[in-house]
Amino acid sequence: MGKKKTPAINSSSTADIAFLLLCYFLMTTTMGSQTGLSRRLPPMPDPNQKAEDQKVNRRNIIIVKINSADRLLAGNEPMDISLLKDKVKEFFTNPLDDPNLPEKKMTDIEGFGQYPVSQGVISLQNDRGTSYHAYIAVQNELVKAVNELRDDFSYKNYGKPFARLTEEQQEIVKKAIPQNISEAEPKDVSKR
Amino acid sequence: MSKFGGSNSKKEVPGVSSGSLSDIVFMLLFFFMVTTQMRETENKVIVKMPEASEVTKLERKDLSSYVNIGTPTRQYQAQYGTDARIQLNDSFKTTEDIRDFIAAERESLSEADRQFMTTVIRADEDVRMGIITDVKQELRRCSALKIMYMARKAEQ
Repeated sequence: MGKKKTPAINSSSTADIAFLLLCYFLMTTTMGSQTGLSRRLPPMPDPNQKAEDQKVNRRNIIIVKINSADRLLAGNEPMDISLLKDKVKEFFTNPLDDPNLPEKKMTDIEGFGQYPVSQGVISLQNDRGTSYHAYIAVQNELVKAVNELRDDFSYKNYGKPFARLTEEQQEIVKKAIPQNISEAEPKDVSKR
Repeated sequence: MSKFGGSNSKKEVPGVSSGSLSDIVFMLLFFFMVTTQMRETENKVIVKMPEASEVTKLERKDLSSYVNIGTPTRQYQAQYGTDARIQLNDSFKTTEDIRDFIAAERESLSEADRQFMTTVIRADEDVRMGIITDVKQELRRCSALKIMYMARKAEQ
């Protein structure tokens, strides 16, 4: 009497249930590949602070302007975007110690020693009518220039590209070749 | 006698057991659960991200808040027009609302994580810089200085 076996539960439908769940997750989630260009905005200037303090020596600044027609002006000359990277690299390295290019300051970097760090700053200015596409393209070129300089430095001193250095070494390289891109105060250029 | 049988063999091919099918599907399920993340907001603006080759990965997704800028999608165009608009969370907002949005996002994070908060600007590539400059100025005023311009990785 008591020997009756309970019938096994048919498990073939678990696959269907799992498929349903799978479909649910496929619909509601996104593949996580979010990439972009990281930037740090300058803090809002103190209204009490005098503007003179922020004056940087003229030779240390390169002004990159993008107008409303997405044309580029770098260091007072119109330029195609493909040439911008080399211009910026030359600006930062200043191989011939040109007095019109930024000065270098011997800085003591912890764990590395003395290194002439360029004092150059890129000032990026744009019009309200500039397209975002052009703006990102220029930002990208600037980052590319800095990244290539960092790679050069890494190869010279550690024999490895920047991405494969240890964290401390990366910090040293970042100090030796800073990424000084200043996104200037918006100016109303189009005012007539 | 032989394996290949004669004409007399009546052996039936055993059916493929489907018991492990659910395991396979569950494995797929777990893969997707781990690699994807919940879509937290519905997109109300069309965003076609610009391309860039030097992009870096966003490190902490949970510490980022998104500012979407672009043209409203078709169903909202009758109401909001085709001009570029800002979308925060689930609704269209203006630049003045960014302050409250940032404050709320900051509030939701733990004390230690607040300094790492990143504001991700997710803008369409055809947007004019005017609106983005306004957003940036507002972010500076709220001292949310860590930002990221979202971009696709360009194919070489």
